[in-house]
Amino acid sequence: MNVEPSIWPLAAVLISLLGTVPILLSDRRPNLREAWTVLISLGKFAIIAAMLPAVLEGGGYRFTLAEVLPGVAIALRVDAMGMYFALVASFLWILTSIYSIGYMRALNEHDQTRYYASFAVAMSATIGVAFSANLLTLYLFYEMLSLSTYPLVTHKQDDEARSAGRKYLTYLLGTSVAFTLPAMILIYTLTGTLDFTAGGILAGKADASTVSLLLVLLVFGFAKAAVMPLHGWLPAAMVAPTPVSSFLHGVAVVKVGVFSILRVVFFIFGTGLLADLNLGVVLTTLASITIIVASLVALTQDNLKRRLAYSTIGQLSYMILGAGMLTAAGMTGGLLHLSMHAFGKITLFLCAGAIYIAAHKSNISEMDGLGRRMPVTYGAFFLASLSIIGMPPLGGFLSKWSLVIGAIDGGQLLLVAVVLVSSLLNAAYFFPIVYRGFFARAAEGNGREEVREAPVLCLIPLSITALFCLGLFLWPSLALQLIQLVVSP
Amino acid sequence: MSPTNLHMYALAAPLIGAFAVMVVGRYSRRAVAPLVLGVLSFSFAAALTVFLQVLSGGGFRYVVGNWLAPYGIELSVDHLGSLMQLLVSGVALTASVSAVKSVAKDLEDRQHLFFTLYLILIAGLHGLVLTADAFNVYVLLEIASITAYGLIALGKGRAVVSSFNYVIMGSTGACFYLLGIGYLYILTGTLNMADLARIIPTLESGAALATAFSFCIVGLWIKMAFFPLHVWLPNAYSDMPDGAAVLVAPLMTKVTIYLMIRFMFSIFSPAYEFIQHAGVQQIVVGVAAVGIVCASAMALAQKNLRRMLTYLIVAEVGYMVGGVWLANAQGMTGAILHIVNDALMTLCLFLAVSAIAYHEGALDFHRLRGLYRRMPVTMAAFTVGALSMIGVPPTCGFFSKWYLILGGIEAGQWLYVGALIFSSLVNAVLFFRVIEIAYFRMPDADAPGTGHGAVQVREAPAMMLQPLVVAAAALIGVGLATGPLVQHVIRVALPGGF
Amino acid sequence: MDAILSEIIAKYNYWIYVVLMMIGFYAMIGKNNLVKKLLGMNIFQTAIILMFISSGVKKGGLIPVLDKQAALEHGVNSALINNPVPHVLMLTAIVVSVSVTGVALALMQRIYRRYGTLEENEILEKMDR
Repeated sequence: MNVEPSIWPLAAVLISLLGTVPILLSDRRPNLREAWTVLISLGKFAIIAAMLPAVLEGGGYRFTLAEVLPGVAIALRVDAMGMYFALVASFLWILTSIYSIGYMRALNEHDQTRYYASFAVAMSATIGVAFSANLLTLYLFYEMLSLSTYPLVTHKQDDEARSAGRKYLTYLLGTSVAFTLPAMILIYTLTGTLDFTAGGILAGKADASTVSLLLVLLVFGFAKAAVMPLHGWLPAAMVAPTPVSSFLHGVAVVKVGVFSILRVVFFIFGTGLLADLNLGVVLTTLASITIIVASLVALTQDNLKRRLAYSTIGQLSYMILGAGMLTAAGMTGGLLHLSMHAFGKITLFLCAGAIYIAAHKSNISEMDGLGRRMPVTYGAFFLASLSIIGMPPLGGFLSKWSLVIGAIDGGQLLLVAVVLVSSLLNAAYFFPIVYRGFFARAAEGNGREEVREAPVLCLIPLSITALFCLGLFLWPSLALQLIQLVVSP
Repeated sequence: MSPTNLHMYALAAPLIGAFAVMVVGRYSRRAVAPLVLGVLSFSFAAALTVFLQVLSGGGFRYVVGNWLAPYGIELSVDHLGSLMQLLVSGVALTASVSAVKSVAKDLEDRQHLFFTLYLILIAGLHGLVLTADAFNVYVLLEIASITAYGLIALGKGRAVVSSFNYVIMGSTGACFYLLGIGYLYILTGTLNMADLARIIPTLESGAALATAFSFCIVGLWIKMAFFPLHVWLPNAYSDMPDGAAVLVAPLMTKVTIYLMIRFMFSIFSPAYEFIQHAGVQQIVVGVAAVGIVCASAMALAQKNLRRMLTYLIVAEVGYMVGGVWLANAQGMTGAILHIVNDALMTLCLFLAVSAIAYHEGALDFHRLRGLYRRMPVTMAAFTVGALSMIGVPPTCGFFSKWYLILGGIEAGQWLYVGALIFSSLVNAVLFFRVIEIAYFRMPDADAPGTGHGAVQVREAPAMMLQPLVVAAAALIGVGLATGPLVQHVIRVALPGGF
Repeated sequence: MDAILSEIIAKYNYWIYVVLMMIGFYAMIGKNNLVKKLLGMNIFQTAIILMFISSGVKKGGLIPVLDKQAALEHGVNSALINNPVPHVLMLTAIVVSVSVTGVALALMQRIYRRYGTLEENEILEKMDR
């Protein structure tokens, strides 16, 4: 395990932050601005991918900016878990950037420069979270992400957007200040460090009640993971433009929440400590409730994006469920679901956006017969929803399978039931959409004939992500390799 | 210019400059600004040199005019003092760049008089951070206060009345302090801080000493607007001219808190406050916590940006007083760090406010609509200041709050910890409410130069933007430099006994 | 009872200043008229000055002006000489108090010019309008 000091982790974080400068400067020249966006996203992915070989060999990179508190520095470290998340996020950013161009232009949106700039900052923050070497750095980037996505959520700038933005910040900033910060300080008082260390740092430093208090504080403190009852911001945030919902609220922001929880579970508490104190059940209980309730609520939503949002809330808790099982297979399943769900959910959102551009419809009840006019979009939607439900031969199957195995390994048969029931519920809220799209008859004379597929810049990304759902089933080795390094180093 | 009395030059420069400005300004308006900035730059350079000297060579004591202590007047240039001197001169310089512009607009023909007071005030603050004599503290405190009364009275509207109320309250505070010093002198026969510190532990008279201590402390509390002795501050600070607010708001309360630290630990000792009178500490920290909560709540009720900020100053005073009285090294570190950070945050926010007021005039919330489009740079800096007030890393506000909470946990003062977190949340609400108005709401359609999409950028003059950007950058810079700052300066500056 | 009484009488100078101080404090807090507030403040300050001065006085003490020759020959018996330091300090305090009074009077003039009254409640009324 050699972890070399290197400038690359910093470069990976900073490239998009500094990239806001050319983006802002080319305000009046949209082509140039969007060329920058794509270029920066490609560059970011390239830098991250370049660090992959070392990580696969069991090494990594680190970079220390400044030691701000005794024993705690603002520092970055690239390890398998961070690399796994960063790869997924930076790859999907490229596709989202391309999609954004098509989407924003098709709808002739205002303030596009601000949009692209905020997006780039949010991306920096996401990678920052992935590569944080300690809890303080993670907190820093976590807050940065909340703040940089605020202009994106409120992009429309109408009353609805304003109240959504208010809710967004209240939930995310409020919980992080009220729960995460005290928890962090408590951990620091107990251990004198905040470094992410394999196997945890709390073992032997805190008694059972303190550990459980910390666990609850941190699970709710990272409200981006939308564990109920702190999930309300996610459906509200759906007022944002669709690329934002798809990437940030399907991948980056919410996964940052889950990633942070998994980070502290694996590297602050340590699975051994949680197993000893039998605290995994806290995580699994919270997650199970969220999974079932969110899936039920999703059934009742008519607005497509809101249904997807509730679906996301449920799916996020799968990952927490996996971590809470505290078995190797469970954790593998949880981590695997992070990427599987990312590819699936982003496809679904991109499809929702494509439908909105093409037909200006956002309610499911108005989408009858659209599938015949937009076969590519609906095809991708179908594939992705299969993946989320967990059908073979799509990626979601692997993660859910692994979760089930993990539950059986741990002797927690109730959790097997949770996974199965919720999969059925997933099917129940996805299939009607597809069915209506292809088979339901639209009411006469409402201009269905004129509906055509969305711009090609939108179609390419969503096709690619849909194909990835398929591809990840067939070739999951890279993901599994990285996860292997996390679960059993 | 001998290197050992550079700190005296830092003090004397604004004092001499004050009279030069008064005389020169009578004949030439244009000479005022260069003179003020020149004097303050010199003072800043001197303070910086002294600070670096102290860092490398340690602190020293200095006797004025070669009259040896305890009879002569002594100045102490130690880590804490030189840090404060650097802070005072740095903030004064930054603020004055902006003040030059806003005063030129607000007080056209009285600029030179304004800057005379302004420079004397700065000289007074320099004296306060250096002095090692308990009675000189009183005199210098009054020098700083009297000039502040004058500066406030230069404001518009009911500023005169606010100033008069401040005179009454401020003098009461000063009298209390003087009274306490009188008791101390009767008990010890000396006024030199080091001498007092030597004699006080040998005294037996408990009640008289406690009376002296409490009179002095209460006097200082009035001066620093510690809740519930704060009522004068919001009016006084929100009515004064912008040029004065950018100086007074960041520095006056902070320097007074520094004086409290000096008084508690350079004259008395931690053992006196925290061991011999252990119950008092609980009460003070409790009051600080209540003060933080109440001041934050009152800030919520304000409809005017500047008034909102003044209540936040009161809340922040609670942070620092509480931190000092936590009686542990972490809390003390947090308090000292917060003196620096809060001065910078307040500077940044008040500079932003004064830049906004340059064009907008009043600062009622509804006037802030659409400000992000009209003044993007100002609002960006304002946002940084706001984040620091909320305590978002890597801005410096996060780190002092960190130490304060750490100290609170260590001391088991959960009320205080809760108050800190509550106030962070309230600050988030407060500032995002402002940001929301400035970001979303479009200005009324009939206002000039507006209309959806066609809003013109109309920033404040560059002279006001530069210090603002510097202050905002300092918030992040100091935040990132917290580690070395704490390790090399504040840990060394902690009074003995921690 | 006698003990307390003799204590009070023995330290009558302190009691005088305490009473004076209370009068001043009451005027500052309780009075409605700004001039009276200011007068109260002056009384308050004077009381403190008195306390300082009286602390330096000794029974039968002489003025602290020494004959150099005599002092060199016989030394100085400090028990017979009043302590000059409080006087000197109070010289400064008087200067401070005068300056504050000056500033306050100037402010009051401006208040009167603006509001036409020096009664606090009337000023507040006019302010609201």
